[in-house]
Amino acid sequence: MKLTKFLATAALTMGLATTALAEKTKVGFVYVGPVGDGGWTYEHDQGRKAVEEAFGDDVETVYVENVPEGPDAERVMTQMALEGADLIFTTSFGYMDQTLNVAKKFPNVKFEHATGYKTAPNVSVYSARFYEGRAVQGHIAGRMTETNTIGYIASFPIPEVVRGINSAYLHAKKVNPDVEFKIIWVYTWFDPAKEADAAKALIEQGADVILQHTDSTAPQAAAQAAGNVITFGQASDMSEYAPFPRVSSIIDNWAPYYVQRTKAVMDGSWETVSTWDGIGAGMVGIGEISDRVPAEVKEEAEALRDMLASGEYHAFTGPINKQDGSAWLADGETADDGTLAGMNFYVEGLTAELPQ
Amino acid sequence: MIRLEKRPQPSRAWSLLTPLVAVIITMFAGGLLFAALGKNPFEAIRVIFYDPLFGEFAFYYRPQLLVKGGPLILIAIGLSLGFRAGIWNIGAEGQYIMGAICGAGAGLAFYPTESVLIFPLMVIAGALGGWAWAMIPAVLKVKFGTNEILVSLMLVYVAEQMLASMSLGLLKNPEGFGFPGSRNLQGYESAFNSELIAGTGMHWGVVAAFIAVILSYVLLNKHILGYNIRLTGEAPRAARFGGVNPTRLILFCLGISGMLAGLAGLFEVSGPAGQISIDFNVGYGFTAIIVAFLGRLHPVGILLAGLLMALTYIGGEIAQGTLSLPAAAIQVFQGMLLFFLLALDVLTNFRIRLAAKGAAA
Repeated sequence: MKLTKFLATAALTMGLATTALAEKTKVGFVYVGPVGDGGWTYEHDQGRKAVEEAFGDDVETVYVENVPEGPDAERVMTQMALEGADLIFTTSFGYMDQTLNVAKKFPNVKFEHATGYKTAPNVSVYSARFYEGRAVQGHIAGRMTETNTIGYIASFPIPEVVRGINSAYLHAKKVNPDVEFKIIWVYTWFDPAKEADAAKALIEQGADVILQHTDSTAPQAAAQAAGNVITFGQASDMSEYAPFPRVSSIIDNWAPYYVQRTKAVMDGSWETVSTWDGIGAGMVGIGEISDRVPAEVKEEAEALRDMLASGEYHAFTGPINKQDGSAWLADGETADDGTLAGMNFYVEGLTAELPQ
Repeated sequence: MIRLEKRPQPSRAWSLLTPLVAVIITMFAGGLLFAALGKNPFEAIRVIFYDPLFGEFAFYYRPQLLVKGGPLILIAIGLSLGFRAGIWNIGAEGQYIMGAICGAGAGLAFYPTESVLIFPLMVIAGALGGWAWAMIPAVLKVKFGTNEILVSLMLVYVAEQMLASMSLGLLKNPEGFGFPGSRNLQGYESAFNSELIAGTGMHWGVVAAFIAVILSYVLLNKHILGYNIRLTGEAPRAARFGGVNPTRLILFCLGISGMLAGLAGLFEVSGPAGQISIDFNVGYGFTAIIVAFLGRLHPVGILLAGLLMALTYIGGEIAQGTLSLPAAAIQVFQGMLLFFLLALDVLTNFRIRLAAKGAAA
């Protein structure tokens, strides 16, 4: 015991601490934003902390934040692999090709890429069915809006974001046929200034509900300043803006998955998987619905949440037409995962044009 | 009392020394910052400056210095010519994007035909793309006297929108399941700007950067055009009397800087980045402005400054990964470098005199 400790210290001092000596499982995390974004990256970092908590001294975690999607990401992943990481979580869609490139060079290191679709013998993909949360959000938004105008701050026109818009719209429209969505694309995951500008523009256009698919709390602050606009926490609870303007939230809960995958690496049972979990599995959480929401709306929303969780109801249940009027889902038919994974069309009723 | 006295001529010695002094002061101040964050300052400085060059994994980081520094140097060389003549192209980021779009577009147009002619064609398209984008502020300035700083900067945002549109539309990978982004050029042999010698990081963009350094040195020191550029910057009136045509100079300086930025974009998209995507640009065009000044607008200085900048990026990432330093601390550290450099500029232009109170007026 003492000898190993001495050896470890000596190795550290000599700058030789690599996998050969370390018995600890080393887990790396590559983040697209800062850990303090209060949204997407913050929740991934909570997952990292959960891994540390679960395994204590048997595990060592490292992370690099604010990593641009591109060659820089490839370098950061390579650096982690070189420094002896056994498992690396790459937590943004744009890291896809880089993850595969690095994985090819380090066949003994396991990689987990969030929200992507390309796998390899040592690359798994995982994502959450955020659209289930969007359904609950859409329901509350449709019931709460007085101007019948809902603003949506969208990041990139990728299937994940398009799914969210469609799901929110369908469920808002179900409870409020006059509802209209105004969508602004900001082409960033995290840029408080741009997000605040978008929120202000939407509010000026009459939106009294702001939904966001970006990671900062800037839209919350903009809504707070406007005074009569409600918002939803994105990725993280953003409860510092509760009970108003934030009336509920979608919470990404990566912790159980991260702990489970780290364990799999430790006991050698790690295999390539494609995970896509929703409210039922606990990967998507609905943050507490504040008392600014009328009790009956809250009840409805919670019922919807429970039905989604149990699988009794699917967020995309027909009849649903595509925006151009062509039929997509027949009455009672539910969307298959393949179509959802590559969703690149709006549903009928949305007036905006999807950037193509 | 300390008094600043303007030097009749900027001091050559200080002009060469200040970057070095700035780096040393930055190490010192940065060390204090890291110590305040509870990290061992010596270890942090070692990780940032020493490990990428001589550490255990230097075999990987050294080539990465070239990959990261190459585009910075290429763009900064172009910018420095204009900056010397008082022509301020702030929009290299946009020209970089347009070069990448045009170059990648030219290559993808021929997909999947393989031919040795495709890559040279892409290089030409990339250079033209950047040049054309820079010609907009140039022509507007020449014809209507607009401010090239504003126009070139605003065009960056236009170029970003263009990039998004291309990633989602014209250049979108038809086999990409509806996800944005072009085909990956790394998988298209004729268009792939691969490493010339495996494991060295040396791709055509790095070669182009070295060539640009040499040509720019020759231009500034041996050619009448270089003389005119320097003269215009140092004594605009004298230049006018000396027969320098300001219109041609503006067109040349903006054109060449746009072209080099476009080339940098092309080499990046066809090599390390691989594809046109919405987030393709990561700020090389803006960082190159810092590199140009850090290098004293001198070709050799820019070469060194580009590599130093790349070193702080790469070392900074290692420090994040191994020492858990926050990214913000690294950015502050990089900011300090520029700050101290500019602050020390005072020594180049002024002499510090210790004088008795009220001695000289």
